Amino acid sequence: MRALQIIRSAYRCTIEEQDDPALWIARAMKGAGASLAVLLRGNAVGYAVEGQDATGLSIGTRAQTRPPSLDQDINALIGGGTDVYVVAEDADERGIDVLGFAPGVKTIPRHELPRLFAEFDQVWHW
Amino acid sequence: MSEKKKLTICLMDAPFEQARTVTALRLVDLALRRGHDVTVFAYEGAVALSFAKQKKHANAVHGCGVEEEDHPLPREWIAGLFEVAAQGDAKLDWINCGLCVDERGVEEAVQGCRRGSPADFWGAATGSTNTLVVATR
Repeated sequence: MRALQIIRSAYRCTIEEQDDPALWIARAMKGAGASLAVLLRGNAVGYAVEGQDATGLSIGTRAQTRPPSLDQDINALIGGGTDVYVVAEDADERGIDVLGFAPGVKTIPRHELPRLFAEFDQVWHW
Repeated sequence: MSEKKKLTICLMDAPFEQARTVTALRLVDLALRRGHDVTVFAYEGAVALSFAKQKKHANAVHGCGVEEEDHPLPREWIAGLFEVAAQGDAKLDWINCGLCVDERGVEEAVQGCRRGSPADFWGAATGSTNTLVVATR
């Protein structure tokens, strides 16, 4: 069984969880033998941008010592054999240059999404 | 009844804050009543849906005491879903993500719920006709 993980809601709890829960569970299921790919759309296309930095947060006397690294999480997915796609138009609309994406990230135009969906048994939307 | 199916639903929202979970639980209810087996994987805040210490309260704005207000509690809905499953030929498997439970300190769940992991979620999805993710927005 292959399942495509579409992620749209971005940065919803990345500070508290130190990651994105959809990316995290994708990596966890991959570790359990799942066959997955990830498609980033909407604001989640920002996850593919290399070099983002969430360090420096303090609330009261409590400093965040281990902030999220979404780009590193994307790299880890790709390094583990998971295809990661970004909807090209969603990046363009946000002024995000695809040249800034992590190595291995694949861009896909909207009109090719049906073809991508057809490659999977299930499509999950986060 | 149509052909028996296995369905997996992932819930992610915490209780008492939005309408997605109510809609999802209505779908679970209908599926069970039609004899389909359902696995629910409660992820993130959704693990609090089955928390056994949820309490009803009075509502002064409504002018109601505790009994009259009869405040809905997700834990009671979930217990009711298990009862519906038991009355028919359907199975409800409710899995709470263990790490999410620990983060929130909501270990005490209503009877029938169990602790699990993303591997359980993937296993359920693999054996299901389809999977619905009801994610936090």
